[in-house]
Amino acid sequence: MSSVKQGPILGLFPTGESAAAAAEELRRRGFSELEYRAPAPHPALERAFAGPSSPVRRFTLIGAILGGLAGFALTIGLSLLWPRIVGGKPVVSVPPFLVIVFELTILAGGLATLVGFLWSGRLGRAQRGPYDPSLSVDRYGIVVRCAASEREAAAAALRELGCEAVVE
Amino acid sequence: MAADLRALHQDLLRPLEPTGPAYKSTVLLLALIAGWGGLCWLYMMYNGLGVSGISHPVGWGLYITNFVFWVGIAHSGTLISAILFLFRARWRTAIARSSEAMTVFAVMTAGLFPLVHLGRPWYFFWLLPYPNQRELQPNFRSPLVWDVFAISTYLIISSVFLYLGLIPDLAAARDAARGARRKLYGLLALGWRGTGRQWRSFSSAYLLFCGLATPLVVSVHSVVSWDFAMGIVPGWHATIFAPYFVAGAILSGLAMVLTLSIPLRRLLRLEAYITMRHFENLAKLILLTSLIVGYAYVVEAHLAWGSGDRIERDSFGLRFHGSWESPLFWLMVACNAVIPLLFFARRVRTHLPSLFGIALLINVGMYLERLVIISGSLSHDFLPAVWRGYHPTWVEASITLGSFGWFLMWFVLFVRQAPPLPIAELKEHLQEASL
Repeated sequence: MSSVKQGPILGLFPTGESAAAAAEELRRRGFSELEYRAPAPHPALERAFAGPSSPVRRFTLIGAILGGLAGFALTIGLSLLWPRIVGGKPVVSVPPFLVIVFELTILAGGLATLVGFLWSGRLGRAQRGPYDPSLSVDRYGIVVRCAASEREAAAAALRELGCEAVVE
Repeated sequence: MAADLRALHQDLLRPLEPTGPAYKSTVLLLALIAGWGGLCWLYMMYNGLGVSGISHPVGWGLYITNFVFWVGIAHSGTLISAILFLFRARWRTAIARSSEAMTVFAVMTAGLFPLVHLGRPWYFFWLLPYPNQRELQPNFRSPLVWDVFAISTYLIISSVFLYLGLIPDLAAARDAARGARRKLYGLLALGWRGTGRQWRSFSSAYLLFCGLATPLVVSVHSVVSWDFAMGIVPGWHATIFAPYFVAGAILSGLAMVLTLSIPLRRLLRLEAYITMRHFENLAKLILLTSLIVGYAYVVEAHLAWGSGDRIERDSFGLRFHGSWESPLFWLMVACNAVIPLLFFARRVRTHLPSLFGIALLINVGMYLERLVIISGSLSHDFLPAVWRGYHPTWVEASITLGSFGWFLMWFVLFVRQAPPLPIAELKEHLQEASL
């Protein structure tokens, strides 16, 4: 029984520009499921793979709002539970509580940003698909996801478009 | 271009190569200094705060001075990483990582001192709001409780910020390492592969963190200043304290960045990346903050003089002349507001020994500033009958010395275990420069 190789293939390119140009050409040839890998953000690749903005900011906003509300709940709630008059001030003295509200807003906003980053970047979970260590050094990768029957055509197209090596 | 990227990559991962005996000896020495400080702390716990020089009326001495000093040192990391990032000051990149690390280790050090000062540190949890049988809760109107929230938030956010920026570089270290180190870096890199989705999330998260850290850094030292300004002690009760302390914190932090970057650059052979331009720009920032601090010294004295409050005026008069802290005050003015003016001369800004020497003097000056404000003000408040000087004991001096060992030990460990410069960000600049 002959085994048919499956899964995405990765083409390694020497520059971000050549990888971006190859991605455009691959799309023209019908390979629509593409993604890139790079050692650093690259403007040409960002243009070629322009997608919806990252959802991280929504995490930040929601986290910050919840943090602020938690700050109010904590300071007002606990002051009412332990109603102590200090310096003739009201038990619920909002202006001084705002310092704690602010700190908790930033804290929860920051932690939610981290969660959003990990979630949207799919970090902290098993990574599948081809990878090459040179991608963290100086090479740019284009990953093509296609049917098993199209893999050879995709690999040939990658080589034709200036890819230095194909990783499966 | 690829060759440039590879060379940069190799240069910046070189510090992670196995260390030699000199490095190990340095870490051991610093650990011993920190350990000595820890032993003295145990000694003080066993014998009580009486072994320190803290006594009525000077209830806050070197420990609180150290706390404010180290929180101040922590401020430059966020300034360089977050604020300058938002201002698109690209020169910051080469010194951003070490400054961020410095921030985390300085906050870690600062956070110890309120515990040291407690005398009975095992009761520190009384400052935390937690459900308890007696329904006792902290007083949320107290600046000391604000401090707990501000410093804890700052430690957590600056640690996460440092780690976030490290993730792509840890992946690069993972790909270059072998054996156990590869596993460790792989674990810490969380499976980073540099995909488009990851870079988009990273850029977005980094920008948002900068946006969050910028107001946080201003708030933290403002809250620290309110530990004093909310009190009625003459010399403390001033409305300018928040901006005055924030400017001072940034001045001291920048000076510490210079103090550490100059030897770091030489020892790790990073001259191609941390250049004279970085030092010159740091010197310019020091000059700016020094001018603000100098102005604050004048305004603070003017406020006391114009207040019409006899006690306030006398307290400042004693600060200038006739009290134990007067020589320290003038030394502080010289170190923080006069000597940095030499940075107006380009020749001084671009001369490494001068930069290093002036940065050291500013470190000394900023430490003295905290001591003069905190202990000096307490030593002569409303009742002349109880006026008394302040003489730190060997225990306080040892714990202070230990804090420097503790801070430097973490910093020295960090720069050889994690990429000391942000590799991915420098590659991004290199790519853009070649376009």
